[in-house]
Amino acid sequence: MSRRYIGKSVSRLEDQRLLTGEGIYIDDVKLPGMAIMAVLRSPHAHALIKTINLDTARAIEGVIDVFCAADMENDLPTIPLRLAPFDGFERFLQCPIAVNKVRYVGEPIAVVIAEDRYVAEDALELIEIEFDPLSAVTTVDQAFDGQILIHEAAGENMGTRYTVSRGNTKEAFDGAAYTRHERFITNRHGAVPMETRGLIAEFDISKPLLRLHGATKVNFFNRRHLAEAFDMPESSVELIETDVGGGFGARGELYPEDYLVPLASRRTERPVKWIEDRRENLTATNHSRDIICDLEIAATATGEILGMRGTVRGDMGAYVRTNGGVVPSKAAQFLPGPYRVPSFSCDVQFLITNKTPVGTFRGPGRFEANFCRERLLDLMADDLDLDPAELRRRNLMTPADLPYKIGELVPGDTEATLDKGDYPAALDRLLKECRYTDWPTNVPDSDGRARALGIACFIESSAAGPPESANITATSDGTVTIRTGASSVGQGTETGLAQICADYLDIDIARVQVLHGSTTLVKTGGGTFHSRNTVMAGNATRIAADLLKDHAVGIAALRWNCDPENLRYSDGAVYRYNERLSLQELASFSEHRGETLAADAIFDNEKRISYSYGAHAAQVAVDIETGVVEVERYWLTEEIGRALNPALVQGQAVGGVVQGLGGTFLDHFIYDTDGQLLTGSFADYLLPTTSELPEITAIALEDSPSEFNPMGFKGAGEGGIVAVAAAVSNAVSRALRPHGISIKELPITPDRLRNALRDNGN
Amino acid sequence: MTNRHAISLKVNGTSYSCDVDARMSLADCLREQLDLTGTHLGCEHGVCGACTVIADGAAIRSCLIFAVQAHKMDITTVEGLAEGENLSPLQEAFRDNHALQCGFCTPGMLTTAEAFLGENPTPTRAEVESAISGNICRCTGYVSIVDAIMDAAARRSGGVSI
Repeated sequence: MSRRYIGKSVSRLEDQRLLTGEGIYIDDVKLPGMAIMAVLRSPHAHALIKTINLDTARAIEGVIDVFCAADMENDLPTIPLRLAPFDGFERFLQCPIAVNKVRYVGEPIAVVIAEDRYVAEDALELIEIEFDPLSAVTTVDQAFDGQILIHEAAGENMGTRYTVSRGNTKEAFDGAAYTRHERFITNRHGAVPMETRGLIAEFDISKPLLRLHGATKVNFFNRRHLAEAFDMPESSVELIETDVGGGFGARGELYPEDYLVPLASRRTERPVKWIEDRRENLTATNHSRDIICDLEIAATATGEILGMRGTVRGDMGAYVRTNGGVVPSKAAQFLPGPYRVPSFSCDVQFLITNKTPVGTFRGPGRFEANFCRERLLDLMADDLDLDPAELRRRNLMTPADLPYKIGELVPGDTEATLDKGDYPAALDRLLKECRYTDWPTNVPDSDGRARALGIACFIESSAAGPPESANITATSDGTVTIRTGASSVGQGTETGLAQICADYLDIDIARVQVLHGSTTLVKTGGGTFHSRNTVMAGNATRIAADLLKDHAVGIAALRWNCDPENLRYSDGAVYRYNERLSLQELASFSEHRGETLAADAIFDNEKRISYSYGAHAAQVAVDIETGVVEVERYWLTEEIGRALNPALVQGQAVGGVVQGLGGTFLDHFIYDTDGQLLTGSFADYLLPTTSELPEITAIALEDSPSEFNPMGFKGAGEGGIVAVAAAVSNAVSRALRPHGISIKELPITPDRLRNALRDNGN
Repeated sequence: MTNRHAISLKVNGTSYSCDVDARMSLADCLREQLDLTGTHLGCEHGVCGACTVIADGAAIRSCLIFAVQAHKMDITTVEGLAEGENLSPLQEAFRDNHALQCGFCTPGMLTTAEAFLGENPTPTRAEVESAISGNICRCTGYVSIVDAIMDAAARRSGGVSI
């Protein structure tokens, strides 16, 4: 193989079309005869539906059909659990359309199909619904006490609850010289990709065929469940992927609309398009991060951690969707983080409320856990008069501690093991980059602003889940095409896979094209989540390329009528001494024989997870007068095993940091006590812009390649975000320590800080 | 309810006549009637900047004006920036600086930056940050976009890329 592309910042194959407006996102797809769907959503957080009158809406010119749950002939399906499907959740699954009762603002109640979107939205306004509003459950405390039941049949609002542990926390705490307990809160926010969700369904009952455009992420899983829901063979359901405007965990899960759009197409016998608008997006697409964590630490007088124990209470929203209990369960699992914590226990509660259901958002549970643990470590450092970096060094697992079986910290997950690595090295590199030792302990306020540096350490799992597939086909036009079950959500997957293919086949990358995601391309696929693509699809591509070379040699042997042992593959061709047959010529030869020069591969890492790890540092300036925080500098180190494309890795890290700054300072789904979302537009739900941009130094370390794949890759998609709230909060708290302020709740906003400063006499 | 108007406008150098509803936005007119789907809709209330086009030299939000208001305007969309297959210096700078990931905000970033560099060919970094502060990107963290616009300014002035 050549080494022209792997490890290089190769320009992206995607860019030409995306820079010229030639990308095809779902709203850019137009099919003949296509109608437009719009969804009427609940304006109430919790209400009984007494009557629905669709007649006026149906009468508008240009309206093709209007329907609600009462119009459904068969039983409606429920949205399945894909991940963390804990016992008890089956009582809280969502039907695609509300039946008799609504449980969150934004829940679908009725559907309009019209000739265009303007008419469809006119019709929505003419649907008459009589509600009987009920009191809303808007806090986990209210959910816990169960005075108001959201799903009556369940008899409680506790989705499920369990305790996980290792070691003996009681002993650890009883004998500890030092203990401290704090409550930490992470704000409800979410992925909010720039492109909202959208789908086009073509349902032809006569064939039968359901073709759903706009799919992404986990298309083979979704196909299986859609086939089941519509009582069709899997082979009759096709999920087609288009260009995707960002995923970050939320896009591509099964949502109510993944059933409603096909239903609309089946009813109208026309292709039907639905494009979520932004207001819908902020109530209809999964929220995340909404955790309250009570965390207690036990340590020796010199700061050696003996144990941690705590309670994680997750606000799940009104239903448990495909992501099941991932967010709270991962928050609990990642609380010990990269440290030696011999004893640990956590009570994990999943509480149902009258809010939008939650799901994954980049670094699910990790962002939350890192914030809680790293804040507590800084408080402990202050209590014990230890330098925060020194405290971490004393407790970080060393290479000698790894691999380390973390214990069953998620029910059923008995094998979770931290693989080898050098956590202190990643911290030390960070400290060097940010010139940590040059920072005085107390920086005097200047310009009315208090400045400080804060640090945090993290581990981040990657590439779990099912195997991934790749097919590589060489054709007589000289093209080499990769087909994979992995999706692209905008991260540059096409480029990465093409780099591997081009190097392993020793050809020019310009000849490689990558087709991804759609269920029509390959027989099976695992999908795109958990920072999987480079590890899983990358290694499937590698294997397929090697198999293709063998195949090419076999074809050449036929052509030359010789023993394949005498042939060698090199430079995109098969050689017999100085005679050469290129891949293109061999593909042509195959095609003439009615065959294809192709190879299929599956990569299965047998669920052995490699952990990325590293550390973050933030330098902040806090205006004492206004409470405004400026993040002036940001640094992070992240061990990713091996960088396939350093520019893409850098993009993931920097993009992750800025997204994390949003979650720390801005992004916030605020609900009032009636369960109304108060931040339902981009005017209120704030996202980071260039106004909040620090100078960012992101360093990808390649010192500890993964042992679980020969290319050494670990996930690189989430390390940029997972410790941002932790590092920034530590910095702000350090800056404001002389003013008696300690951050325990996100987001950090000027009004909260200003109020706290005023309360403390500033 | 129907209140249709005949308008004429020039888009990317081509003259078009359209028959539009009074309430149709310019963005929908470009996307639905002229099939110029490079202009993206991210919020439809003028906050995210994805739908930015250049109208008579100025960057505007095409979701915030009606198509009828664009009557007789000269509009440039993202499809009008390249010359055939050849990317403009700004587009090249975006590619070379890895200034896009999912690409959804990119058309608005490019049109905003194109109009801005027309007014200010030699900006400072702070001026670039200010110029695109009304365009939201969820992928890149903006740093590479600012790099790309600075790089494009240097390329356009024939200077050395920095």
